Amino acid sequence: MSDLPPYPPLDPTTYDLIIVGTGVPSPILAAAASSSGSSSVLHLDPNPFYGSHSASLSLPDLTSFLHSNSLSPPSPPPPSDTPDFLSVDLATRSLYSSVEIATFDSSILDERHSRKFNVDLCGPRVLFCADESINLMLRSGSNNYVEFKSVDASFVGDSSGELRSVPDSRAAIFKDKSLGLMEKKQLMKFFKLVQAHLAASSTERDEGVVKIAEEDMESPFVEFLAKMPLPPKIKSIILYGIAMVDYDQDNVEACGDLLKTKEGIARLALYITSIGRFSNALGALIYPIYGQGELPQAFCRRAAVKGCIYVLRMPITALLLDKASESVVVETGGYKGVRLATGQEIFSQKLILDPCITVGSESMSTLTDQQKETLRVLVPKSISSEGKIARGICIIRGSVKADISNALVVYPPKSLFPEQLAAIRVLQLGSGLAVCPADMHVLYFSTVCENDDQGKAALLSAMSTLIKPQVPENLQSDSAVENDTAEAAKPVVLWRALYVQAMVKGEFGGSISSAASPDGNLNYNEMVESAVKLYEQLMGSEELFKEETSLDNTTEEENDGGVEIEA
Amino acid sequence: MHGRPRKAYKPEEEAASASKAVKLRSLQTQFMSNHHNKIYTKEAIDLSTKLLEINPEAYTAWNYRKLAVEDTLSREESNQDLVKSILDEELKVVESALRQNFKSYGAWHHRKWVLSKGHSSVGNELRLLDKFQSLDSRNFHAWNYRRFVVELTNRSKQDELKYTEDMISKDFSNYSAWHNRSVLLSSFLARKAEGFMPNEKIPEEYKLVHDAIFTDEDDQSGWFYHLWLLDQTVNVETPLLTSSWPSHGSRINLSGGAGCLNDSASSKLTTFCSESGSFPLILYFDQAVSGVSSSTVAVDSELRGNEDLVWEPVSNKNSRVSCVWVARLNYMSSEPCFPKEYKVKVRIGNSPGIVSSRGCNFSTPYEFVFTAHVHDTVREDSQEVIVSWTDGFDIWDAQSKDLNFLVNLDQQMGLKWRQEAIEEEIELFRALSDSKIGKLTLARLLMAKAMISENGVKGVHYEEILELYSDLMVLDSSHYRYYKDEHSVALLHKVTSSTESLSRYLFQYRDINNSICLRLNNLSLSRIDSVGKLLFVQMLDLSHNELHSTEGLEAMQLISCLNLSHNRIRSFSALDSLRHFKQLLVLDVSHNNIGEHSVDTTRYLCSSPLSNSEWTEDEVGRQMTSLVTKYWDAYFVLRDLDLKQLDIAGNVIAGDEFSSFVPQVVPKLVWLDGQKLRS
Repeated sequence: MSDLPPYPPLDPTTYDLIIVGTGVPSPILAAAASSSGSSSVLHLDPNPFYGSHSASLSLPDLTSFLHSNSLSPPSPPPPSDTPDFLSVDLATRSLYSSVEIATFDSSILDERHSRKFNVDLCGPRVLFCADESINLMLRSGSNNYVEFKSVDASFVGDSSGELRSVPDSRAAIFKDKSLGLMEKKQLMKFFKLVQAHLAASSTERDEGVVKIAEEDMESPFVEFLAKMPLPPKIKSIILYGIAMVDYDQDNVEACGDLLKTKEGIARLALYITSIGRFSNALGALIYPIYGQGELPQAFCRRAAVKGCIYVLRMPITALLLDKASESVVVETGGYKGVRLATGQEIFSQKLILDPCITVGSESMSTLTDQQKETLRVLVPKSISSEGKIARGICIIRGSVKADISNALVVYPPKSLFPEQLAAIRVLQLGSGLAVCPADMHVLYFSTVCENDDQGKAALLSAMSTLIKPQVPENLQSDSAVENDTAEAAKPVVLWRALYVQAMVKGEFGGSISSAASPDGNLNYNEMVESAVKLYEQLMGSEELFKEETSLDNTTEEENDGGVEIEA
Repeated sequence: MHGRPRKAYKPEEEAASASKAVKLRSLQTQFMSNHHNKIYTKEAIDLSTKLLEINPEAYTAWNYRKLAVEDTLSREESNQDLVKSILDEELKVVESALRQNFKSYGAWHHRKWVLSKGHSSVGNELRLLDKFQSLDSRNFHAWNYRRFVVELTNRSKQDELKYTEDMISKDFSNYSAWHNRSVLLSSFLARKAEGFMPNEKIPEEYKLVHDAIFTDEDDQSGWFYHLWLLDQTVNVETPLLTSSWPSHGSRINLSGGAGCLNDSASSKLTTFCSESGSFPLILYFDQAVSGVSSSTVAVDSELRGNEDLVWEPVSNKNSRVSCVWVARLNYMSSEPCFPKEYKVKVRIGNSPGIVSSRGCNFSTPYEFVFTAHVHDTVREDSQEVIVSWTDGFDIWDAQSKDLNFLVNLDQQMGLKWRQEAIEEEIELFRALSDSKIGKLTLARLLMAKAMISENGVKGVHYEEILELYSDLMVLDSSHYRYYKDEHSVALLHKVTSSTESLSRYLFQYRDINNSICLRLNNLSLSRIDSVGKLLFVQMLDLSHNELHSTEGLEAMQLISCLNLSHNRIRSFSALDSLRHFKQLLVLDVSHNNIGEHSVDTTRYLCSSPLSNSEWTEDEVGRQMTSLVTKYWDAYFVLRDLDLKQLDIAGNVIAGDEFSSFVPQVVPKLVWLDGQKLRS
């Protein structure tokens, strides 16, 4: 903190809402609350960049962010009461564990390269063109601050190293070389059934329309697919390559989440409606140029336009509670404000905190029951019960698939090794998205896991299938080198990060709420949903961005392959 | 654009359209006055530009511009820069018109006209087309123009083929792309260009179209392309001789008189009697050809009086193109003829000249030889005998060896890959035979297999074909007639597929000397086919079928007795092909619907009183003008026939008046509706 330039004191000092942390979903809340016109919002972030856990960073920044967060926080000084308020010191818990970073080619950290990287903390993540997050961007007007490009292709892989393209549309099925003619027929027939079902669902009329039977909708999706009948190969493509299911649906005991047909159809519907939503998008998936961090930033900009005040590099150190516990105003539950790292005290009605901010149990012990209730959401719960996501980042030279730069690869459960419990998703992004230098690609890996070792083992298996291992320059990596001709064609890894991220759900707690951490999904939908829910709880039933419909007509620009999303 | 529902106009849109109409009408009036007064000033031309911007469909305005351009060009031809700038301006006007409506025929046509002047660069045209084709990849105007530009620029056909492939990959529901592909491939295949040998390229194309059909069998475009491919697989480009009468190696008995020789049953098939002392030599090709003449077909024999054979096409249309060609060989010339065996050798295609309607030459010379045994016995006239058709038929226990000579060896070439390709298709399309188009395609494939099978019957599933068409008649009643016809074709193919099968339909008719009669009655036939294998037939029973016409029968030049009773013939025009039957003596058309419709409009345009004025000049025509006018269609058919027996009862046309008319048109008639006309 010593190198921080001194901030002038903030003015005003009282707000309707203070939000700490700029990771999704917080900027959506900030933009929504500011746009509602009735709330003054202060948005703080301890980091020198926007996005928190959903930021895109240079390699050194990414490294230090992962490490600083995984260090156990310095033990807070004992609660010091100010004359007017009871002060509760805050702690920071790390969302990341087992962080392991290896550099195989040190030139990558050279000055000429390092600024060209925009590497995501919560990858792999993309947007479906029909995502609710896109709708929110359009409604809020934040689409003006970000531009997208299509993900060129998606594949399903296995341990053989072969990548089969996902036949996700009529044209893709037609072109697919690996499907047999009967398989093409069956798959297209299934897609048509889903489309007919969706069309039938969107109209009120009931007679003469093809619909999936009600009892099928409640049955497991995997059983419905088998009933269609779709062969296992296609079933797997639909489940893991299109519906983006995590857990092995054929293994009921081990499966953490057996998808119902209803949900499966909804996921397919999202995929199907995504294709062709924007005329210049190639497929269902798009990715923001300059990285995922552009998304929270776009909402922040929108919020700022609407009057929200932003202060970066500004941690908060303590919560301020009403001293007189008996005279607590019911709505605020005794919450008054926060103390900034500068020592300034700022007050608000409500507070939303980054998921890594907690209150230590020792701080809680001195509080009254009423105060404990107010701080309820800040008490760390045992993280393992909420699930973990193993993430990996590889900077590679070359591409996992010739002639294709931006691609999604899914390894369904058991496709890499028999014990593989959950699908592993891999996203390759190239310099066309301004995330890395021209001759390189960034690969993101993720899988949900029960513990760190299991998750990392799964990711390493996917990495070794896609990438040629390299003699490590330092001793952090212990992978053996094989001289195999098949390996020769694979891309070479230059830099690698492996870490496990804890998943923290967002929680509404009256005056103090906690925002959700990035989840294990491929898109933002669940995080956006949590934001919408939190907003409704905070603001009553007020609708997000209600007045912001198609405000300015976006100028049509001819850009090379860029996707501008428009209402 | 496709798949965009029409929207009802809002009131403000209607108002806008009304004001546009007012403006357009005033422009139109000024423009027409300019046009009539041949005013080609800059202002006048600008006016037409304005008009076309609003309404690119104004054909007159496009024509006016052509006149205006021609006018300037005629005066300023030497000023190259001016010419170019004028034509460039035309291109600009067309482009803006196309922006307004890219399906404007007039605009595309004008562009072609400008480009054909040869002063404009064609380089931009493909770029412009790419723009239009990305707007609507199925815009057939753009595709049509594309072919024009490609011709002009000499862009490689390979590139164009690749382009169709790209368009199909983007969206295979594109008739235009598939069509262009078939056009391009046709030229490659015809030239047998490198990499485009039919035996290699066609199987590849099948693979491509399979992907489309199996991905979405509800999309028609792939099926159309598949049908084209099937056609390419089955049809050999070069015309082939399918059969002849007399056939190769056969021995025929010839005698004079209308009766027949009292001979053994087995030779009945090969005995031919004629009062005229000549017999027809019939050549049957697999496709319509022209150019059959004494110079392209050499006939060597000792039969005298056949030095200058006249080859005539047997065709209902007044053309010199036909599948069937006939020459009459004399065997009883004026000079005394000795009972003797004469060898006749026929050589076809020794000199070029026989050309298919597609322009392919009959390239492989073919030769056949037969023996003509001429008898001197002249049988007495048997005109007293009435053919009853009802009884007197005996099963003919012919040995198949009696018929063996009837089956001609086809002159097929390069069959192997074709058979393999069809075989693979059949395997695949059995999987799609639950849809109508799937059933139809399977039936067509099975039929194609039957057509190109070397040994007729082996492995051919006639029963399956017939069942498929029967199913289709029920499933898809709006195309009932088509399926019915195809069913008939398959059935006749089955009947004629082998001597064993054919012999089941051959009977002896006691009343006329145990003549051999082919009885194809009660088969619910609606169409006639496979006649190439039936050229030998002299007595044919087609009664109790569903025939609407005798079209296709004309190749059977030997027929003397024909029963068409209890069919669905609605007019004499539908019997037009019978005019080619020089031997026809007995005709039964009773119990049809003749007279219900004077012209069978569904079949073909036949001779009508308007196109034939000569009848007023012939004798019968002059004597009975009113009756000829009334029964003109009957008159045109009957006057060409030398019938001895006619049965017409049970038709709308039949009646006293018609019964009195017929004997005057057919003077030799002895029996009419079972009544003897004279003693």
